[in-house]
Amino acid sequence: MKKIFSVIALCVLLGMMCLSAVSCGSRNDEIDSALLKGEYNKDLAGTTLKVYNWGEYISDGQEGSLDVNAAFEKLTGIKVVYSTYDDNETMYSDLVSGANYYDIIIPSDYMIERLIREDRLETVDVKKLSNYNLIDDQYKNLYFDPDNAYSVPYNVGMVGLIYNTSMVEGSIDSWEALWDEKYSGNILTFNNPRDAFALAQLILGQDVNTTDHGNWDAAAELLKKQSPVLQARVMDEVFNKMEGSNAALAPYYAGDYLTMKENNPDLAFVYPKEGVNIFCDSVCIPKGCQNYEAAMLYMNFLMEPEVALANAEMICYASPNTAVVSHEDYTYKDNEILYPSKEDMPAVQWFHDMDADTLAYYEALWVEVLNS
Amino acid sequence: MTEAKMKGVRERKSRTRKKGISLLLNFPYLIWLCLFVIIPMFIVAAYAFTTGDGTFTLENFKHLSVYKQNIIDSFIYALIATAVTLVLAYPFAYFMTKRSEATQRVMMMLVMLPMWMNLLILTYSIMNIIEANGIINNLLASLGLGRLQMINTPGAVIFGMVYNYFPYMVLPLYSVLSKIDPSLLEAAADLGSGAPSRFRRVILPLSMPGIVSGVTMVFVPSVSTFYISQKLGGTSVNMIGDIIESLVNRVSTRNLGAMLSLVLMVVILVCIMIMNRFSDEKGGIML
Repeated sequence: MKKIFSVIALCVLLGMMCLSAVSCGSRNDEIDSALLKGEYNKDLAGTTLKVYNWGEYISDGQEGSLDVNAAFEKLTGIKVVYSTYDDNETMYSDLVSGANYYDIIIPSDYMIERLIREDRLETVDVKKLSNYNLIDDQYKNLYFDPDNAYSVPYNVGMVGLIYNTSMVEGSIDSWEALWDEKYSGNILTFNNPRDAFALAQLILGQDVNTTDHGNWDAAAELLKKQSPVLQARVMDEVFNKMEGSNAALAPYYAGDYLTMKENNPDLAFVYPKEGVNIFCDSVCIPKGCQNYEAAMLYMNFLMEPEVALANAEMICYASPNTAVVSHEDYTYKDNEILYPSKEDMPAVQWFHDMDADTLAYYEALWVEVLNS
Repeated sequence: MTEAKMKGVRERKSRTRKKGISLLLNFPYLIWLCLFVIIPMFIVAAYAFTTGDGTFTLENFKHLSVYKQNIIDSFIYALIATAVTLVLAYPFAYFMTKRSEATQRVMMMLVMLPMWMNLLILTYSIMNIIEANGIINNLLASLGLGRLQMINTPGAVIFGMVYNYFPYMVLPLYSVLSKIDPSLLEAAADLGSGAPSRFRRVILPLSMPGIVSGVTMVFVPSVSTFYISQKLGGTSVNMIGDIIESLVNRVSTRNLGAMLSLVLMVVILVCIMIMNRFSDEKGGIML
């Protein structure tokens, strides 16, 4: 009897494994070649391209979407070896350790500034990228790469304040709501010093890149006043907490709000009047890359309207690609949160790479804030 | 050569051969130990005593006072969690040894069951169960009872640690308790010893090695716990493990994180040495 049972159990298990293998097997790697703007050939077929990107930051064939890497492989015959990280610092330490090499990385603004300063990036001649003209001019010549010599914008986004309309009275327009005792125990904030300090700095009207210790002290004082009303300091747990109405207010990225809103219609979003942090993640080629030509091809491929559209749909962040923004099939076309009009555009501040002294200073303050 | 001498030589020869075989069998693990335990420890130490660009410094240790409170808190939480685990696990393990073999097997499987799942997934699930609008609270609310504040409290952190480390306490206790010869208890009873005194004078002393190794196996991971405290404790607790994790994750503060890890390792080592004093010296104690 026991034996029969285990045999049945084994069969069920094996069956499930087969099923999942089959469902993973049908990949959507077709891209209509008539829609391609750039030129792709199989000259580099058989070579390998190592791509290092954020987790969940590319259209990968889920739910019938385009599998960008598979499509690139099919088109060019280049094998894409894809791996992911979940923050800039992880990517940086991996790159610096020299344990691995990569042909493509997609860091954020301040990290690109650091990589350029430390001479860790290959130059990129954008004239050789036929799709570069699709990038919106407002995302060219950004502070970290003023001559567009190293990077091509991939995604842009801003931090905003997400709140639950069933738990919050009236509408909210200031970061100070995150200090409001009325919502004590229902307030979330960032669990990393840079983003958490930025909120206090915005309220205090400071430059988020200040090197003045007095400014950091003042921001830390403000953060300590916030501790008693906080429920938790979170990063990605914010999805669960906000979607399940377990917290009323949280600062997070605009694109992620759109994802949460799908699961909890009570949520609302605002760019607070004090201003917000803006970021841009750009495609770069690090020094030590082994397949520069393929990397250039991949960069151009990511800017293909069809590819960029699939990515924008999956990632939900704002696309710097004009072909996506004006694409009639785009779900978030004219979305006022991702693409605010000029008059609705909040004041924005970019993060810059901080010097070691300031960094050590605010790290020490952060521990005080945590323990307050 | 006399007969006795010959025997001695033979014995010595076989002993050296045995030594050779055991060295050979240990070799793969010794290499593993070297590569993934000994060398990494030296790397941690090297980071702790250097600055970001690799020059020797003691500067990192000057920051220790900033984290003093977190280290103390971590020890307090670990002590509480260990005590709770011991109180829950001891009677469980004891009564488990009294059941039929089939029941014992089932009980053991139930204890091990949570270990089949990843700690991160377990903790994330607990988080969703005890959330303000989690499964438990929704059930209470639908029954017309009030909601409970469970998540983001120190109690939730203790619960998470007890839940995760429970099997590490049960296993050594069970293995020691099941080896106690029932005839010893019969003898004690024959000699007029009542149940409380049998427990105090026979069972407890004989199970001491199991207690010490169980306590060590729960206490050590509890002190350096991270993730559990972060996800279940909200802002109510800042364990040193969480702080080390965030420091090590950022390149700029990696040396500070290494310094704290090193300090924590030393403190834990001292604790284990003290704990081992409590146990019978001959009993094989696990570190």
